[in-house]
Amino acid sequence: MQKGLKTRKSQRFVILVGALASLSVAIFLVLFALGGDSLSLFLQPSSVKEKQALGELKANQKFRLGGLVESGSFTRLEDGLTYTFKITDCASTINVSYKGILPDLFREGQGVVTEGALTADNIFIAETVLAKHDENYAPPGTIPVNAEACSHPATEAYSS
Amino acid sequence: MHIFANPARFVRLANKILPWAIGVLALCLPYGLYLAIVASPPDYQQGDSVRIMYIHVPSAWMAMFTYMVMASASLAAIVWRHPLALIAGKAAAPIGATFTALALITGALWGKPMWGTYWVWDGRLTSVLILFFLYLGYMAIWQAMDDEETAGRAASILALVGVVNLPIIKFSVDWWNTLHQPASVIRLDGPTIHADLLGPLLWMAVAMKAYFIIVFLWRMKLEINKRKLAVLQMSVVNAHG
Repeated sequence: MQKGLKTRKSQRFVILVGALASLSVAIFLVLFALGGDSLSLFLQPSSVKEKQALGELKANQKFRLGGLVESGSFTRLEDGLTYTFKITDCASTINVSYKGILPDLFREGQGVVTEGALTADNIFIAETVLAKHDENYAPPGTIPVNAEACSHPATEAYSS
Repeated sequence: MHIFANPARFVRLANKILPWAIGVLALCLPYGLYLAIVASPPDYQQGDSVRIMYIHVPSAWMAMFTYMVMASASLAAIVWRHPLALIAGKAAAPIGATFTALALITGALWGKPMWGTYWVWDGRLTSVLILFFLYLGYMAIWQAMDDEETAGRAASILALVGVVNLPIIKFSVDWWNTLHQPASVIRLDGPTIHADLLGPLLWMAVAMKAYFIIVFLWRMKLEINKRKLAVLQMSVVNAHG
């Protein structure tokens, strides 16, 4: 009796864990089959270039573009409202033009996520600009290390 | 494991743990809040907005931790049919839902000034919203069925299926491009938070853990007493009827 009870319990355990494991595998296969791009919030300049080469991304097609604001690329046009800057992922760079109010955290070397479309001459006209901040938190004056960002001010401060 | 399946023994153990948990909360919460609001420096980029982190991050950790508690209880409930396991899962769910809601709300309030938006459908935000719905679904199933045993088992299956969402939440920021930044504390190469900001975060995390233990044990004791009362009422009805 005691033995029978034990076998039933271990049976239940094996069936349940087996079912959950196969379900998890199925879910992860689906997630990774969908690919990074379809589940990602934004495209980085490199994958934009790739998609353009494959003809998957046409002019005036809306998408989100994200990356770092390239250091030294930020300018404000004479109307005082339009900004141009370059978004880079260190491999590729795309010129961006935006008319509107920038978020407080917007600065060169910092991440941004923009929504808009590319013109025929490859300028990304952004309708919204969101600031993306990185994983570093520190008091003022103690700039942390960011090894991944190519043109991140923190990296420059650390290496110089 | 079977030792804890006895309700009387569980209540005795809970009564031993509770004063300690209350003590830890009484110590860590005021000190953690003092550090978080008054005695810690602002962030070099975010200024004083970074103080939202001291509520947001521990809430998000507890949202996931509570789900693990609920799912473990659900596994025990289905496999070993422990009478206390269903009660534990039922007790954990509203606490977890509250922590998840707190993480979502504080995240939105933090996102507006920092990112420029309350909400985006990125991998991290969406998977945490799904976690919130899993908690609500678990509680709804409990409510939907009259028979406690059947309801509990159905809800437990949902809780176990939802476990797959936990690694998705954790690694969403690494697998996909998200607006939410990658992990700052629990990462292979060590925290990327300066010690002055990490300290208050950890005090708050301990406080929230103690809070969870207290409310969790209270809710379990309440449920046990409710069932005792129901049994007593039935025996009175039977004796007089």
